Amino acid sequence: MAPVLALERVSCTFLSRDDPSERYTAVDDTTLVIGEGEFVSVVGPTGCGKTTLLNVAAGLLKPSTGTVTVLGRSLGGINTRAGYMFQSEALMPWRNTIENVVAGLEFRGVAREKALERGDAWLERVGLSGFGKRYPHQLSGGMRKRVALAQMLILNPQILLMDEPFSALDVQTRQLMENELLELWSADRKSVVFITHDLEEAISLSDRVVVLSAGPASHPIGDYTIDLPRPRDVAEIRLTPHFIEIHTKIWRAMKEEVLKGYAQQQRQ
Amino acid sequence: MPNSKGNRVRNGRLRLRAFQVLLLVLLLVIWHVLTSPTLLPPIYFSEPNQAAFFFGEPLKVFGRLWRWFVSGEIYEHLWVTLVETLLAFLIGTVFGVIVGLWLALAPAASVILDPYIKAINAMPRVILAPIFFVWFGLGIASKVALGVTLVFFIVFFNVYQGVREVSPVVLANARMLGASPRQLLRHVYVPSAMSWVFASLHNSVGLAFVGAVVGEYLGSARGVGYLIHQAEGFFDMNTVVAGIVLLTAFALLLDWAVGLVEKRLMVWQPRSIETERT
Repeated sequence: MAPVLALERVSCTFLSRDDPSERYTAVDDTTLVIGEGEFVSVVGPTGCGKTTLLNVAAGLLKPSTGTVTVLGRSLGGINTRAGYMFQSEALMPWRNTIENVVAGLEFRGVAREKALERGDAWLERVGLSGFGKRYPHQLSGGMRKRVALAQMLILNPQILLMDEPFSALDVQTRQLMENELLELWSADRKSVVFITHDLEEAISLSDRVVVLSAGPASHPIGDYTIDLPRPRDVAEIRLTPHFIEIHTKIWRAMKEEVLKGYAQQQRQ
Repeated sequence: MPNSKGNRVRNGRLRLRAFQVLLLVLLLVIWHVLTSPTLLPPIYFSEPNQAAFFFGEPLKVFGRLWRWFVSGEIYEHLWVTLVETLLAFLIGTVFGVIVGLWLALAPAASVILDPYIKAINAMPRVILAPIFFVWFGLGIASKVALGVTLVFFIVFFNVYQGVREVSPVVLANARMLGASPRQLLRHVYVPSAMSWVFASLHNSVGLAFVGAVVGEYLGSARGVGYLIHQAEGFFDMNTVVAGIVLLTAFALLLDWAVGLVEKRLMVWQPRSIETERT
């Protein structure tokens, strides 16, 4: 199976703007290969460069060294095959819901009527039909995430890059969104890179979980295949013995890194 | 019942208005009593007419305003001042937006021009009036030019700031959705800067007026500023105050118009919402 997205030996070093001698290596020598239709979660302690890695995959950030390959082609500029769901608010606040959803189509020059038609269909799919005229500030956090999901999926990207998309939501809304994401994903099995610091979320959603070490210079320290049956219910699957078994195994490997990351934050 | 609640809100607003009008009336009465030569014995001034000489008298001020409008004498002057103000406002705003966008998106140019912009902004620009008289004559153009220099910088700095403050996440998202640099400008930078522009427009309407009136005051043959200047020559305080009242009223009117446009264009902005109280 040809990889859809491949990050090979990627390192990212940031220079301090005020003092060029101050360097910070966020990601060091990381290789991450995502197969077709594969749902891969990347977990790691806070501040380990997970978002940096995702930005490299999106083409928003050029790595210091290493290569990014998308569908066999080396990536230069924005990754047009990928959709990106950000951790924080990314909707355009001056556009109402439907205008936000069809923004990508508009940028691509799709005819207005056709775009609105597809936008309405997507609003219905994420359970927001009738909310098209509302502005982002008039929606709840969960609804805004649904809009962001529709905004990304309407362009039918082959790769979904998701940066802790549900971390700001309460637990119930979050599990609801996770189930909806799985349902939407299972319809046409795109390749997903899902960043999270929540190991339970990672296991319940993914085919594979990659564990990053604590920063600076973080790199993968473990790669676990999750052989839980699909379709899954994220709330129920957490209670199965096999889930707990996998969780224990990965947590044991992660624990040390989390403590390291925590110690680093204390020092700062 | 929603109806009675609506009534209550309306009553509350009505009461607020009543208090505001009451305050105005109170101030006018105090003004009248203190300046009228016969109502009170002279407290501070030795002559009974001196207070009126320095502060004008409210009844005469309104009489003056009334005669201006009835005789139609004022329209020509008011028209000139309004045209100057609006032209200065529009030209200054358009230039401010264009230059602000350009400099915010061209870091190299903004770094080079930075000290010059700071210098021009720090300069007391009303001083430019004599130069504008030489360049553009004593007609409308010199007043517009003066107003433009005042309005431009307010709008310019706000647009510049507005573009700089664009959320990097919204920007990255638009790029991921496939926006070209041109589309980014139109769909992200400009709308994001708009809220800053509108905040600045309230200030700049006032400054456009300042430019027009100061210009007229310093040298012209028409306009409300000219009327004020002339009245001052005869120590006619009532006419001076009448001119000030007139200008204030029209400045408020323009500000209200800007607010109206703002409300239409900025529907997406969250407004603070008050809970209903029973």
